[in-house]
Amino acid sequence: MWLAALLNPPLKAWQRATGTGGMAAFFLAPNMAIFGVFVLIPLVMNFFYSMTSGSAYFLADRTFVGLEQYGRLLDCGNYLDPGTCREDLFWKAAQNTAIFVFFQVSLMTLTAMITALILNRKIAGRGFWRAVFFFPVLLSPVVVGLIWRWILQRQGLLNYVLYTFGADTHDWLTERLPAFTAAVSVSVWAHMGFFTLILLAGLQAIPRDLYEAAEMDGTKPARVFWRITLPLLMPNLLVVIVLSLIRAVQIFDEVYVLTGGGPGTSTMYLTQYIYEVGFASLLRNPGLAAAASIMMGLVLVVLTLVQLGLGRRNEQKGARE
Amino acid sequence: MKNAVSILSIVAAGFMASTSAFAGDVRIMWYSDGVEGDVMQDLVNRFMQDNPDINVTLDNVAYKVIQEQLPIQLEAGQGPDIARVTDIKALADHWLDLRPYLSDPAYWEENFGAQADWMRPDGSDAITGFMTQLTLTGGFANKTLFEQAGVEMPGDKATWDDWVNASAEVAKSQQTAAAFAIDRSGHRISGPNVSYGANYIGPDGMPAPVDDGTKTFATKLVDWTNDGLMLKDTWVSAAGSTYRAAADDFINAQIPFYYSGSWQVANLSTKIGDAFDWVAIGSPCGTVGCSGLKGGAALVGIKYTKNPEDVAKVMEYLASPEIVKEFSERTLFLPAHKGVVAAGGLNWDTDDKNVGPALDAFVKSSAETLPAADALPAWKWASAYYGALVTRISQVMAGELTLDEAWTRIDQDIADKVQQ
Repeated sequence: MWLAALLNPPLKAWQRATGTGGMAAFFLAPNMAIFGVFVLIPLVMNFFYSMTSGSAYFLADRTFVGLEQYGRLLDCGNYLDPGTCREDLFWKAAQNTAIFVFFQVSLMTLTAMITALILNRKIAGRGFWRAVFFFPVLLSPVVVGLIWRWILQRQGLLNYVLYTFGADTHDWLTERLPAFTAAVSVSVWAHMGFFTLILLAGLQAIPRDLYEAAEMDGTKPARVFWRITLPLLMPNLLVVIVLSLIRAVQIFDEVYVLTGGGPGTSTMYLTQYIYEVGFASLLRNPGLAAAASIMMGLVLVVLTLVQLGLGRRNEQKGARE
Repeated sequence: MKNAVSILSIVAAGFMASTSAFAGDVRIMWYSDGVEGDVMQDLVNRFMQDNPDINVTLDNVAYKVIQEQLPIQLEAGQGPDIARVTDIKALADHWLDLRPYLSDPAYWEENFGAQADWMRPDGSDAITGFMTQLTLTGGFANKTLFEQAGVEMPGDKATWDDWVNASAEVAKSQQTAAAFAIDRSGHRISGPNVSYGANYIGPDGMPAPVDDGTKTFATKLVDWTNDGLMLKDTWVSAAGSTYRAAADDFINAQIPFYYSGSWQVANLSTKIGDAFDWVAIGSPCGTVGCSGLKGGAALVGIKYTKNPEDVAKVMEYLASPEIVKEFSERTLFLPAHKGVVAAGGLNWDTDDKNVGPALDAFVKSSAETLPAADALPAWKWASAYYGALVTRISQVMAGELTLDEAWTRIDQDIADKVQQ
C-alpha cells in the first residue's frame, strides 16, 4: 500500500503529461523489453542466420548466401519420398513429425476427453484421480523420458516383468513400430493432464439444467453427449486440438531422451533435426538449422492462424445463437 | 546498515566469483570419464598452495557440455581459460598459442611434439597444450565368460571374424544379449576400417570417396547387427551422429567382447571390480593390418583468456614430468609425454590385477597402428567423416537405407560439410 501511495503522484503527473497512451506504453515497456531481447531479436537474428553459411556462430564471421539454405532444404525430387531430397534427413524428420502429430493429437484429444468425462462424474476419490492424471504434467520432459526409458529399454522394468511371468521380451526401443508407439504414448501420458483440465473446465461450465431436462425427456446418454456435451464443449475442444497440435509439432525433449531419434531416424522429429544440425553434430551448420527452424515456424504460424480463425468463427456463431 | 553491507559484500563476492576476468584467476573446464577429475582437483590444489597468487577453479562438466556448449562459447569469443577437449583439430583456431608465455618451449616440443599437430591450425607451429592422455581404440574380452563357455580366446593376429565368431559361441553358451558391441562412434570404427584398407584422406588432403576398406568393414558391421551378433541398442536406438558407448553392457556381462578404447580401463576396473576377469585384446585384424586409432583428450589454453601468463604457469605445472607421471599412474591413463614414457617405471595406482596387463596390451597395440590411421587425429576433416559414417550406417542397420544408398549419402554428407 505504501508503495502504491508513493508511486501515485509521479504516475499521475506522467499521465497528465503523456495521456493514457503514454501510461500504457510505460506499463508495457518492461514486457516489451523482455519480449524484444528474448524473442524478437533472436527471431530476426535467426532469419539472418538462415541466409548465411559456415560453422561460425558470430554473424560477422558468416558468409551471406541469400536463400541458398532454403534452396538446399527444398531441393527434392519428390517431397513425399525423403530419399529423393538432398537434405533427406530434414524431409524424413518432417514426415515423421506429420505422422507423429496426427497420431499424438488424435490419441491425446480422445484420451483427454474420456478422462475429463469420467473425472466429471461423481466418482469416489475424484480429487485424488484428478491429481493423478495431472501429475505427469508437473514432471520435466527429461525426467519423463528417463522414467519411460528405464521401463522400456532392453533390460528395463517391462521386460523384467514379462520375463518373470514367462512371456517373451522385446526390444521396444530398437524396432520401428514399438519405438514410435512408445514415443506417441509417452507424449500423451506426459501432457494429457493439462488438456484434461481444459476440457474439465469446459464440462463444468455446461449448465446442469440442460442435462436435467434431457433426463426428464428420457434421452439416451449417447444422444446427450452428441447433442449437448459435444457442441457446448466445442470451444474448449478446439483450444485443446490446436494447442496440442502446436505442442506436438515442437516435440523434442522427452522423445529425444526416450529413443534418441532412433531406431535409425524413425522417431527423429523436426526439432531434433534442427538441434542436431545446429548444435550437436561434429561439424555444425547453424545456417541450415536456422532455415529449417524458420520453415517449421511458418507451419506453426499457419496452425496459430487456424486457431485464431476457428476461435473467431466460434465466437461469431455463439453471438448469432 | 550492517546487514545491508553484508548483503552487498556477498553479492559482490558472488559476482567476482562468477567471472574469470580478474588477474590471477584461471578457470579450467574439465570433464571426466573416471576418476581423473578428483586427481586433477588434487593437483590443482597443490599448485595453488605453491602459487597463492593464482586461483585455479576446476569446473567439472558433463562431456556433452564440452561437445556442444564449449564450441558455441568459443565462437562467441568467450569460454574458460583452459579446457579439456577431444575435438582438438576442428576447433584449433580458438586455442591459445602458449609459446610466448612458456619458460621453455623446447621442453614442450621435445616431449609433446608428436601430438602437437593434432591441436594446432594447419601450418602453424603454435604450442596450444598437451594431451592429458594418449588413447588407442581397442577391444576388451570378458575372460570369465569365455572360460565358463569353454571357448578359447582368439590369439594374436586374430581377425574380426575370429573374434566375432568366438564371442558368438560364448554368447550362445552363456545366453548373453549379444556377442559384442562397438561404441556408436565414427572414430571407433575407423581403426577397423583402416585395418581393411580404408583411407579417408585423398591425395589432395581432402576427403576421399568411401573406399572398399570402409565398405568391407561397414558391411560386416551391418550384417553382424542384423544377425543379432552386435548389440542392436548401441547403434540403432539413436539418430544422427549421437555418441553412445556400450561400456555398461560389458560391465553388466551382457556381451563377452567390447570394442572401445584404452580410456575405459579405469572405468572397467572401478565398476567391474572382482565381478569377473577381463582382458584388453588390442585391435583385431583386417585384411591389411590390426590397427586401432590413436587419440585422446587434450588440455588446451583458450585464446580469449584475460590471463595468458597465469594460464601458461598452470599449464607448465600440469605438463611437468612428475605431474604427468603421477596423473597417469593415478588415472590409469597412457601418458603422452615422451620423457615419461621413455623413463618407464609407471606404478599404476590399482590393486586390480586386470589393469596392468590391459595397459600393457594397449601400449603393445600402439606400435601396430597403420599410417592411414595415424594421419587421422591431425586431419581437419576427420570429424566430417566420422559423423557421416555413424549417421548413415545406423540408418542401414535400422533398415532405412541400403548399403549402396549409404555410400552415396556418406560422400554427399562429407562434401556438404566441406562446402559449408
